[in-house]
Amino acid sequence: MAWTKKILRVNLTDGVISAEPLNMEWAQQYLGQRGLATRYFVEEVDAQVDALSPDNKFIMATGPLTGTMASTGGRYSCITKSPLTGTIACSNSGGFFGAEMKNAGWDMIIFEGKSPTPVYLYVEDDQARLIPADDLWGKSVWATDEEIHKKHQDPQIRIACIGRAAESGNLFAAVVNDLHRAAGRSGVGTVLASKNVKAVALRGTRGVGNIKDMKRFIDTTFEHKKVLAANAVTGAGLPTYGTQVLMNVINELGALPTRNMREVRFEGAHSVSGEAMHEPRASDGKKNLTRNGGCFGCTIACGRISSVDRTHFSVKDKPQYWGNSGGLEYEAAWALGPDTGVDDLDALTYVNFLCNEDGLDPISFGSTVAAAMELFEDGVITTEQTGGIELKFGSAEALVKIAELTARGEGFGKEIGLGSKRLCEKYGRPELSMTVKGQEFPAYDPRGIQGMGLTYATSNRGACHLRSYTVSSEVLGIPIKTDPLATDGKPELVIAFQDATAAVDSSGLCIFSTFAWSLDNIAPQIDAACEGDWSVEKCAEVGARIWQLERDFNMRAGLTGADDTLPKRLLKDAANVGPAEGKVCDLGAMLPKYYELRGWTTEGQLTPETRQRYGLPS
Amino acid sequence: MQKSLHIDPEKCTGCLQCEMACSYENEGIFNPSKSRIKVFTFHDEGRFVPYTCTQCDEAWCMQACPVDAIVLNFVTGAKDILNDRCVGCKVCTIACPFGTVNYNTATGKVIKCDLCGGDPKCAEACPTSAITYIDANATGLERMRMWAAKTDTQVSTHA
Ligand code: SF4
Ligand code: SF4
Repeated sequence: MAWTKKILRVNLTDGVISAEPLNMEWAQQYLGQRGLATRYFVEEVDAQVDALSPDNKFIMATGPLTGTMASTGGRYSCITKSPLTGTIACSNSGGFFGAEMKNAGWDMIIFEGKSPTPVYLYVEDDQARLIPADDLWGKSVWATDEEIHKKHQDPQIRIACIGRAAESGNLFAAVVNDLHRAAGRSGVGTVLASKNVKAVALRGTRGVGNIKDMKRFIDTTFEHKKVLAANAVTGAGLPTYGTQVLMNVINELGALPTRNMREVRFEGAHSVSGEAMHEPRASDGKKNLTRNGGCFGCTIACGRISSVDRTHFSVKDKPQYWGNSGGLEYEAAWALGPDTGVDDLDALTYVNFLCNEDGLDPISFGSTVAAAMELFEDGVITTEQTGGIELKFGSAEALVKIAELTARGEGFGKEIGLGSKRLCEKYGRPELSMTVKGQEFPAYDPRGIQGMGLTYATSNRGACHLRSYTVSSEVLGIPIKTDPLATDGKPELVIAFQDATAAVDSSGLCIFSTFAWSLDNIAPQIDAACEGDWSVEKCAEVGARIWQLERDFNMRAGLTGADDTLPKRLLKDAANVGPAEGKVCDLGAMLPKYYELRGWTTEGQLTPETRQRYGLPS
Repeated sequence: MQKSLHIDPEKCTGCLQCEMACSYENEGIFNPSKSRIKVFTFHDEGRFVPYTCTQCDEAWCMQACPVDAIVLNFVTGAKDILNDRCVGCKVCTIACPFGTVNYNTATGKVIKCDLCGGDPKCAEACPTSAITYIDANATGLERMRMWAAKTDTQVSTHA
């Protein structure tokens, strides 16, 4: 069990809210969260739908372990069709919002249609209503959060909302919950804005029960917390440095994409690394990092809580940014730092605050700024377009200004909001966009980590590290070390990671647990909680089914195998230094094998046998 | 030896494992809203502070209760609520200066920390040792040890 077995359906067009039972047959096939919500989505939405039309739907979904004592069991996902990529979008977030949804008694909330005027959804256990949000429209995430708490006079409400970026039509706008946790990627916030939904505010007091075998569940989750605590990454590296533990490691490896991926090593990496966040600053002797924090139920606690130096140019006249808030994670630090050539830790931290304050995906934002910087340096755009900003690589001032504009959807920030692909196309230089299927790259150069090339090319939501984090194996040796420069065995590796990840993303647990846990550790926790048999094999099979279902949706949406590729820069321009010097990403050596193993045609389409094997809907 | 809960906010990451353990022990379900221990987030300051009943000696709640439904547990030192006596008048919730006795609308009784009868589940669940259950006569021991370690004995021996 563990599911609440209830779905809240919100028809925004006519304002009708209804409860319905969860489809338990699907739950056995797709588990929860990412998988199960995708199953609902493909059933209810035409794949060809315009992502920003009322016919698109938007699902917030928890997993069966969300809200339980299983470590990291606090996750939820936003599932919709992405306006950025035209593929399925599924963005996962931590914080406390997901657990609150379960505590209120809901596995999922499905939004359909479009509200005629701005609203927010307020849910208190069984009671749900839409409340006018005209006064909140135009406000930031942080201001909205404060207003809603004030209005209900209840500090215990958990809120997910969109900021001004989404309202302005920015295509990579996030849904931010608990002030600084985000369903960040693929423009899920943009979809919510298109439906005139400003926020979802939850208060749950019913608790999470329905555990199949409570005694076994308490025992196995307790044992597995010990595994996390004893592991070098989840027990020490992540709590101390967060994901930023990677900055120096990946730079050493010559796999840190730099200045719009022209280079693979950044001379300023140390200044923006996890280690630098621990160094006292000159002005006040404080460290950038105040402490680590955890999401709901998480015994790892990788979260960064940081402050910006008050004397720094970015905030010295803005006391509202002098307090602590969510600090830099590795991907954000990379996109805002090495990729734009900026090595100013305070500038990056401030810009990261802005991304949270107004709901921007920092990866897509940083990468798009990097592309714009290259356009600027090539003279394709000038201060005429940028409104006077000298948009040069390495300029912290330019980064800060452009972030303020993009967060609020003003000036040249509106063009940044197009994302790198559309921006580069607009100015006639599509080859400068470092994207796959329209989504910007994260922080691993596939010339130095070949498996990540295949990961990006085949990811069902466009370039993304979180669909199969083979860095674990290729760099950190988890669960076994593979050669990052080799292509042999990578199709198998990528598939194993993709399937396991899809299962974890559907359970309610955090993918970072998998630095220490494999499905061998996770399946017993699911099995103790959920009715049915949840062996390791079944979890892997469910993961594979989810992958095929997402792929199937994308193919119906009009994508083809030709979209499973990388920018020319990574396929043709060799790395200039480091272990990968002279190498390009050899995608051609991996993709055909990958298709074959997936049961797809040479064009990347699912064969009828594959569809049948996984029991996909026709 | 009597023990007491010892809370060190410096170590707390705000994960709420303690709240879940507490609600599971008392309600049989994971439900932070029914937890007897509460973790507060001070976002701007970057601090998490777990807070619960300190089991005062001269317990105001116990003294205020008109039906003697709050009693001293001689083994644990906790002030326990006797559910069959509690009439839900909430006087104790007013009397407690710290707000750690609260009314439960679901049962019509009040709830507060009872140290789980001497085996507090929050302390067991806390991954960072922000909550420990230690000798009530020496809750300062760890802090003393920390300062002791910093005491420079080199200077005096070589003087
Ligand atoms: S590992 Fe980090 S992101 Fe994952 S649940 Fe824990 S604190 Fe949140
Ligand atoms: S379990 Fe420990 S670290 Fe987690 S919130 Fe409670 S006191 Fe803090």
